[in-house]
Amino acid sequence: MFPVVDLHREVSLISVEPNGGNRETFHINLPVDRIMVGTAGQKTGLPPGLEWPQDDVMAGISAELFKLRNERDVVIGVAARTVAREAGSDVINWVLHLPARGSIFVNMEPDAKEGGHRIGRFRAGSKEFSTLSGFVAERWVPDRSGEEDAPAGRIELLATYVSTPEPLE
Amino acid sequence: MKYLLALILGILAGVALFAVGLTYNPFIGKPRLSPLTVTDLQTLSLSYSGVAADGILTTNDGESRVHPYPEKVLQLWEAAIRQTTASVKLLRDGRDQVAGLGIKFSSLSEATRLLQGKALVDSIWYVYLPGRGGMFIEQTENYWEYLREVAIPAYRSSADTWTGTWLGNITAGPGALGTARVTGGSGEFAGMETLGLESLSVRAWRVEGGPVAAEGNLLIELPRESADDLAPETLNTDEPEAEARATEE
Repeated sequence: MFPVVDLHREVSLISVEPNGGNRETFHINLPVDRIMVGTAGQKTGLPPGLEWPQDDVMAGISAELFKLRNERDVVIGVAARTVAREAGSDVINWVLHLPARGSIFVNMEPDAKEGGHRIGRFRAGSKEFSTLSGFVAERWVPDRSGEEDAPAGRIELLATYVSTPEPLE
Repeated sequence: MKYLLALILGILAGVALFAVGLTYNPFIGKPRLSPLTVTDLQTLSLSYSGVAADGILTTNDGESRVHPYPEKVLQLWEAAIRQTTASVKLLRDGRDQVAGLGIKFSSLSEATRLLQGKALVDSIWYVYLPGRGGMFIEQTENYWEYLREVAIPAYRSSADTWTGTWLGNITAGPGALGTARVTGGSGEFAGMETLGLESLSVRAWRVEGGPVAAEGNLLIELPRESADDLAPETLNTDEPEAEARATEE
């Protein structure tokens, strides 16, 4: 009765994979979509005025916040990427938050694959992602358009919502 | 003329009655005690400042009551994220020592029904505690009591300010008993599936800017095997039963 919140929805651009899974691509244009870069010992933080904690406890953590776009280059959510040193290796996590759809928590493999991309597994999700399992592959795609106001490049996140055990290579 | 006056007075009286009825709706039940406040399992308690300017970063559409911080942070003005807030908090343990980092994304919920006492927000936390691990918290928050007991009195105040002591649980789901769903991601929390609860303690609130003096708390129930692995200083062992159990173990 009397709904007071009406979230904006973009059409989900999902394609069906031959194996029956679904695939969706998100991306982040850099540097325009970067909201925050926080890491210990940085001289100039982003945004200007950011005071990243200098406690020893926080020495091994870095975090970035971004706006997240769909294949049509429309902003559809926000995302966080954190890196932390744990037991001799990096723990890399993504959290994707799409207000009208839900959120995904992804734990990435510490080592990048051949070609520079890295694969991670869904650990948890909310709302429409709560019942899904799958993988996310991240990779850096430099801009080669040569346009004057083009971004430097983009972080591409390829989400594969599948029930099969192997990620797409 | 007199009919127009009567109509205007009638509309004003109706609006006033609606506002009073909405605020003091007798059909809206009081919030229940969360099972986590009486759990016999050990809990992990993490606190953070509820004031945006005391945190690391807060951003929203730039037109909300809480102002973005730092001032020049990128704002979430695009249509799909206009009703979303992102914040980064420094988390402290029960001994007020820095424990780690918390990133929270929250968006107004379409399930909000003010006539039913539901002012809902869907939110997630990513919590990382160095040396221990990370976890993901999913929850639905209900700010109805907060609005009714803190925000509305502030609007009614001639100084546009509320001062006092308000303490309440804001987690209202998705657990059937009003608890958050917590999933461990790495380190000691890897594979953990448990419950959580977020609460707020507010001492001052201003119409212009929101909370002036406030603190938030995340309470995570630890499954027994996780609690055994954790360092004692992170555990909330204030309860005599928990202390006795720790001694026995």
